[in-house]
Amino acid sequence: MAVQARPKRPFRWHIAVFLAPAVLVYTAIMILPLAGTLQLSLFRNVDQHQVFVGLDNFRTLFGDPNWSVNFWNALRNNVWFFIIHMLVQNPVGVLLAALLSSPRLRFSAFYRTAIFVPTILSFVIVGFAWKLILSPLWGVAPHLMDIVGLRSLFTPWLGKEQYALTALSLISVWQFIGIPMMLIYAALLSIPDEVIEAAECDGITGLSQFWKIKLPLILPSIGIISILTFVGNFNAFDLIYTAQGALAGPNYSTDILGTFLYRAFFGFQLQVGDPNMGATIATMMFLIILGGVCVYLFLIQTRLRRYQF
Amino acid sequence: MTTKLLTALLLGTSILGSAGLAHAEDVTLNIESWRGDDLAIWKDKLIPAFEAKNPGIKVVFAPSAPTEYDAALGAKLAAGSAGDLITCRPFDKSLELFKKGNLADLSALPGMENFSPVAKSAWQTDDGKSSFCVPMASVIHGFIYNKDAFDKLGIKVPETRDEFFAALDKIKADGTYIPMAMGTKDLWEAATMGYQNIGPNYWKGEDGRKALIKGDQKLTDKDWVAPFEELAKWKPYLGDGFEAQTYPDSQNLFTLGRAAIYPAGSWEIGLFNTQAQFKMGAFPPPVEKAGDTCYISDHTDIGMGLNAASKHADAAKTFLSWVASPDFATIYANALPGFFSLNSSPVKMEDPLAQEFVSWRGKCKSTIRSTYQILSRGTPNLENETWVESANVINGTDTPEAAAKKLQDGLDSWYHPAK
Amino acid sequence: MSIATRSLPRTIGAHAILLTYTVIALFPVVLVIMNSFKSRAGIFGAPLTPPTPKTFDLIGYTTVIGQGDFFHYFQNSLVVTVGSLFFVLLFGAMAAFALSEYRFRGNTLMGLYLALGIMIPIRLATVAILQLMVASGLVNTLTALILVYTAQGLPLAVFILSEFMKQVSDDLKNAGRIDGLSEYTIFFRLVVPLVRPSMATVAVFTMIPIWNDLWFPLILAPSEETKTVTLGAQLFLGQFVTNWNAILAALSLAILPVLVLYVIFSRQLIRGITSGAVK
Repeated sequence: MAVQARPKRPFRWHIAVFLAPAVLVYTAIMILPLAGTLQLSLFRNVDQHQVFVGLDNFRTLFGDPNWSVNFWNALRNNVWFFIIHMLVQNPVGVLLAALLSSPRLRFSAFYRTAIFVPTILSFVIVGFAWKLILSPLWGVAPHLMDIVGLRSLFTPWLGKEQYALTALSLISVWQFIGIPMMLIYAALLSIPDEVIEAAECDGITGLSQFWKIKLPLILPSIGIISILTFVGNFNAFDLIYTAQGALAGPNYSTDILGTFLYRAFFGFQLQVGDPNMGATIATMMFLIILGGVCVYLFLIQTRLRRYQF
Repeated sequence: MTTKLLTALLLGTSILGSAGLAHAEDVTLNIESWRGDDLAIWKDKLIPAFEAKNPGIKVVFAPSAPTEYDAALGAKLAAGSAGDLITCRPFDKSLELFKKGNLADLSALPGMENFSPVAKSAWQTDDGKSSFCVPMASVIHGFIYNKDAFDKLGIKVPETRDEFFAALDKIKADGTYIPMAMGTKDLWEAATMGYQNIGPNYWKGEDGRKALIKGDQKLTDKDWVAPFEELAKWKPYLGDGFEAQTYPDSQNLFTLGRAAIYPAGSWEIGLFNTQAQFKMGAFPPPVEKAGDTCYISDHTDIGMGLNAASKHADAAKTFLSWVASPDFATIYANALPGFFSLNSSPVKMEDPLAQEFVSWRGKCKSTIRSTYQILSRGTPNLENETWVESANVINGTDTPEAAAKKLQDGLDSWYHPAK
Repeated sequence: MSIATRSLPRTIGAHAILLTYTVIALFPVVLVIMNSFKSRAGIFGAPLTPPTPKTFDLIGYTTVIGQGDFFHYFQNSLVVTVGSLFFVLLFGAMAAFALSEYRFRGNTLMGLYLALGIMIPIRLATVAILQLMVASGLVNTLTALILVYTAQGLPLAVFILSEFMKQVSDDLKNAGRIDGLSEYTIFFRLVVPLVRPSMATVAVFTMIPIWNDLWFPLILAPSEETKTVTLGAQLFLGQFVTNWNAILAALSLAILPVLVLYVIFSRQLIRGITSGAVK
């Protein structure tokens, strides 16, 4: 953290002043406690004492099938979870934002408010409400599908290994679509009218206007959304936990890194928590996410063209 | 060093917080518990009864949701902010806390003599020398049925497995009721209400359970695969979409009168009494032939211990002695029918359904759930795997043999009983 | 102003898509609220019909309201959320400005350091944070929650705000410098008003996880006086899991305040966004 002045200039105190409050609070409440936790991955509890074991825990995680099978399963599921978000949440979010930002659209305030509503709900509510809707007992979903003549397509999605994860991913998309929508909407609104007018003078309108003029201008925002989705998905936990429980059933088919980590770190039912293995998994998650963010920061972000208005 | 610095830093901000450490003369004890359902009973019945006898001690019952309880308690104990009294899960979970020094040794607590060795076994060290929780209650498994439905269809209470499946067939053929209310979504229903409910009749209760711990029997033996085979046969009798049916769904299905039989734990009694609009009865897991010895799961489920870091250890011990008294047992068992007292002095219960359950103790042999003692100490965890596999067997995604093999392989990877 | 070039079918198409999605977004919420006003038989018998005089029942609400001081929980949630939001936005914007405006050694490193926090779930640090709070006597205070949420919200705020601050015109800032404005004045007077839309977006982002968090209220401030509305609702769900009347009522009560808050706040949000867009 070398906030040092270059030789010719005096020390620029204002930089330190701008940075200090955030860095202090963040370091004290977040980084130090987290570092304290992550270093546990290099230790193991032997008779109530923490003994340094080097990378042994990582060897266990990848070498012992009792751990590695679960880890790869969780990682695979997590990738699928992320893919669905990228394929459904972000394109639909951009589409909605594009429609909303079209000038003189009536009721746009209403749509905007309504579509964002799921995002403000807590996981407790979302998980519970969808469980009720998809519940075969209550019969809302089968009934609705009956109306459109698709009753035969209904299955207890959340209880089937092959569908549960996709169903939950879509619920998560339903919940979070407001975020890409809002960010893109803000980005679209900040495109200066002059740019649009110039385009219209050149006869570029409608869809081609969106592809040729607006999309390049909002690319940095799409970049932010993608990386936020990536980080959010690989840290996700709550929805699976409230909807499927910590064992992420059926048969671990909805287990993602977050739930796997939770079980290892805090334990579940008769399983006693193992902070050392938990910290090992957390370190792996951290490295995966760090890898993704670095790719974004150094490969993608630097190549994006930014326009100052 | 850094911690101290941070502490000083944070102390500065604590002015904002409630610095009002009002030193009342009363001692206040906090109870940590996962039994949110019992909040009203503690508030209105148990705590007033204790406070009336022990002026100067106030008790607060502060439950958290069952799914978060263990993780939250662990964090609070580690940081030193947990309550004085800790509600104990049976066996290893609490044993672990005791080994870490979070729970105090209660072997010498006045009142502990009121419990039999079996009752205390769930909260003792392996050598049986130290006890660390006062036993509170056990729960019994069996089946609760809709009496009106049985009467209407002319079904008599099944005693053997053949009668049991004949009854299920009859209910299914009639079509008015879903034969059995159970789902596999929450996993544990399949294991606890299914496998552990009917299993003891196959593996002969304590005999089989202890042989498994000794290593004389394996989960792949006939007696341990057979309960899975029976579970697999349950599938056609469950409701439509049972794969996504949660535990509360099952409860509602039964209490709304839509299902005829409910594989149960006795703890359901209190709730079912208030919600069901029909007469109910109960029967123990059916045996193979009439006259066979029956075995029931009479599982030590809940106890209470003392936080070793409690500042009010003396007051807390006074409270725990009261929890060990027949007084407490009577109030508790009657307020929560289906939670059977472990106290040696007999408790009079009013509820007929609870009486029915407890009467099986007289004619059947009791055992506890097979996975709880010792066998769930390692990774993979046998209890959790049993949840997953029981659900798989009912869903039809694993054969009974495959499920048993997975469980045994998991156990073999860390458990090596001395031969 | 742009000339209206859109055709009628296109407008209808836009409305159709938006309306469909609005129905999808609102359906579960409406379903929960609607059924919370019905009797048990009505809920199970005909979940899709609105309450009729025959099925109308407030039993769920009477159960919930008799159980806990939801109004007080709501106040706690409000204090925590608004408090954390204030600090996240202030500290976050300041740090983001420093990172995006000045070239200094370690700039990228500092950016990465401040972004670390979005990569590890803070839940992992629970024990250490709790120890810190116990040592400083902050357990069971709302201050503890505000501190944790401020730390938790900062990384994302800095990340997003610095992205937006890079888009603020250099000419404007340099003009300010030539006029002799201090860096602080440039930040507060010139830059902050310009990034208001993104501040509003960050505010919404930060607010949601704080309002909805279950874990830290449970660990750091579970007492009756400091309970938040989400924690209250969760405990309630655990307690009445089979009582759908009470569940649906509790869910509705947890939804409604946020909804009202959001509708009020969304006006500000949109005003912020549009005012930023008009140059």
